[in-house]
Amino acid sequence: MEQTITQEKSKQRDHHILKVLFEKETADFINGKRMLLFILLMALITVTGLYAAVSGLSDAIEGGSSSADFLFLKLFTVSANSIPSYNSLMALMGPFIGIFMGFDAINSERTEGTLNRLVSQPLYRDNIIIGKFLAGIFITTVMVFSSGLLIAAAGILATGIIPTGAEAMRLMIYLCFCVIYIGFWLAVAILFSTVCRHAATSALACIAVWLFCAIFVSLLAGILADAFYPVGGNDMESLMNEMKNYYCAQNINRLSPYYLFGEASATLLNPSVRSVNAVTMTQLSGALVSTLSVGQSVLLVWPHLTALAALMLVAFAVSYVSFMRQEIRAR
Amino acid sequence: MAVSGNVSPAVIQTKGLTKKYGSLTAVDHLDLTVYKGEVFGLLGPNGAGKTTTTLMLLGLAEPDGGEAVINGLDAAKASIEVKRKVGYLPDNVGFYSDMTGRENLRFTGRLCGLEGEALEQRIEELLARVNMTEAGDKRAGTYSRGMRQRLGIADVLMKDPEVIIMDEPTLGIDPEGIRELMWLIRDLAEKDGRTILLSSHQLHQVQRVCDRMGIFVHGKMIACGTLEELGREIAHEGAGTLELSAYPDNIKLRDVIKGMNGVLEIEKNSDMYVIRSAFDIRRALSKELAEQGYTILHLRQAGSDLDEIYRKYFEKAGEEGGTDDHTGEK
Repeated sequence: MEQTITQEKSKQRDHHILKVLFEKETADFINGKRMLLFILLMALITVTGLYAAVSGLSDAIEGGSSSADFLFLKLFTVSANSIPSYNSLMALMGPFIGIFMGFDAINSERTEGTLNRLVSQPLYRDNIIIGKFLAGIFITTVMVFSSGLLIAAAGILATGIIPTGAEAMRLMIYLCFCVIYIGFWLAVAILFSTVCRHAATSALACIAVWLFCAIFVSLLAGILADAFYPVGGNDMESLMNEMKNYYCAQNINRLSPYYLFGEASATLLNPSVRSVNAVTMTQLSGALVSTLSVGQSVLLVWPHLTALAALMLVAFAVSYVSFMRQEIRAR
Repeated sequence: MAVSGNVSPAVIQTKGLTKKYGSLTAVDHLDLTVYKGEVFGLLGPNGAGKTTTTLMLLGLAEPDGGEAVINGLDAAKASIEVKRKVGYLPDNVGFYSDMTGRENLRFTGRLCGLEGEALEQRIEELLARVNMTEAGDKRAGTYSRGMRQRLGIADVLMKDPEVIIMDEPTLGIDPEGIRELMWLIRDLAEKDGRTILLSSHQLHQVQRVCDRMGIFVHGKMIACGTLEELGREIAHEGAGTLELSAYPDNIKLRDVIKGMNGVLEIEKNSDMYVIRSAFDIRRALSKELAEQGYTILHLRQAGSDLDEIYRKYFEKAGEEGGTDDHTGEK
């Protein structure tokens, strides 16, 4: 009986400390100069995306695509001339937000000499890193949702399009996806901030990983796929390899969160996407030209969602473990 | 107010405490006892394992052998309970530079479970105590090192600890700052009855403030006791050392000293003779010099101040343990 009471008490204290740390980290983000940068970056994504949507929307309608009914979602995917859409901007720039937020999470405390003061307080060490991660996720959520809803609102005002319930739902799920995507990069950045002693090193390492995922994975996928399943010859085998080559490249590509996010967001924001894999003519025979319901689209990208969330958790778990095992000394 | 060990209970106690980094043994079977209300100085050169010891006392580093007990709690196992009772002032303490001194203290206070009115009151009280009331609303990034150190003490006192561990508290502070700090440390021990363990390689400051001290070399405690006890132990080692200056300082003076019974060695540095002798010759020497018409300007038994003690013990440790350079600390 007494033991359960003390356990309950220590649990409460634990929550209290996590709350204090979370509030402090959140306040740090909001008061810091870095927040200006975030807002600038987010505003850039929002304004550019909005501009692209409004100016490109009429073309999209005149193009007479079958999904003209989902005009509201087009706000996020339409690009005009050379201006990229909100979605592609998010895929490209979102990681920066996560990286900026986390790249010096632990090592700046270490170099400032506040970390050993912090760990000598009566708290479990994991609360420190969890507090930082949760604060980052919280800020990300607020920013992503406000920017997404801002576009939606501006789009409604500018074009008079009223979203249907299904569209609004798709938008919400998409924005959640954005948060998890940025959360993954935040976790990676925190990981490097525990491993690297200097903030600059960890920032460079994060950017290297981001470049690798955004550019080199697709190159690598093509090279590997060609090596395993050569195509382009005139013989029967290369014809047979065509499909395998495509799948191999796709599977390697899917290791990259950038690609995962791209596929998932395309499916969520475009109900006419019926499959994320290659479809043969036989499979298509007898299929009606129609759009997917929200549930079906989510079902389609469920593996992407779990994979992205798993990647985020793995990155965070690794940083958690490495932080717990580190010995904290004076700077 | 030197507290005798027989009366007060032991607050910090380590038994066979050992920490290894690879092949290097940073702390080697340390047995240390610190009693309630005393100021204990852990003295030793850089890399002797002082910081490692303090980290193990707080449960921030896991010992490879032995145990550290604080207030009856095992530091490695009941780390949270220990940290609630023990304040730690790290070497070169840091604060969040974007926050003011007051905000930094408020954050620590909330982590220690203080809220509202009690918290604000404690902050004001402690700022006044370390003489930082005016600087409390300045950003911590603008503080000088001495101010950081003082704020550090306020920060440690936030949780009202029974034991305070300070790592090199005087490093990089100007003499006036050190004087204030030493006064504050004494005050914490005498008025509040807190137990203080401080590690340092700056002997003179420690000498002034500590009740007892331990000399720590290569992870081993080679001597422990009050200043007098340490000095006595050295004196027993054999030769005593005298410092002498006399007027007139001529060549004959040297011969007179040399002719004394028991003198082993004479060295002259600037205007002072350093005389090593087999036993205490002060009485005989002053008599002899007076008879020869010399006026003694300065005569002092060396070895009773910490520098001498320190040097002696290091010589001893060097002879026993070899002179390999240990650089495990930073």
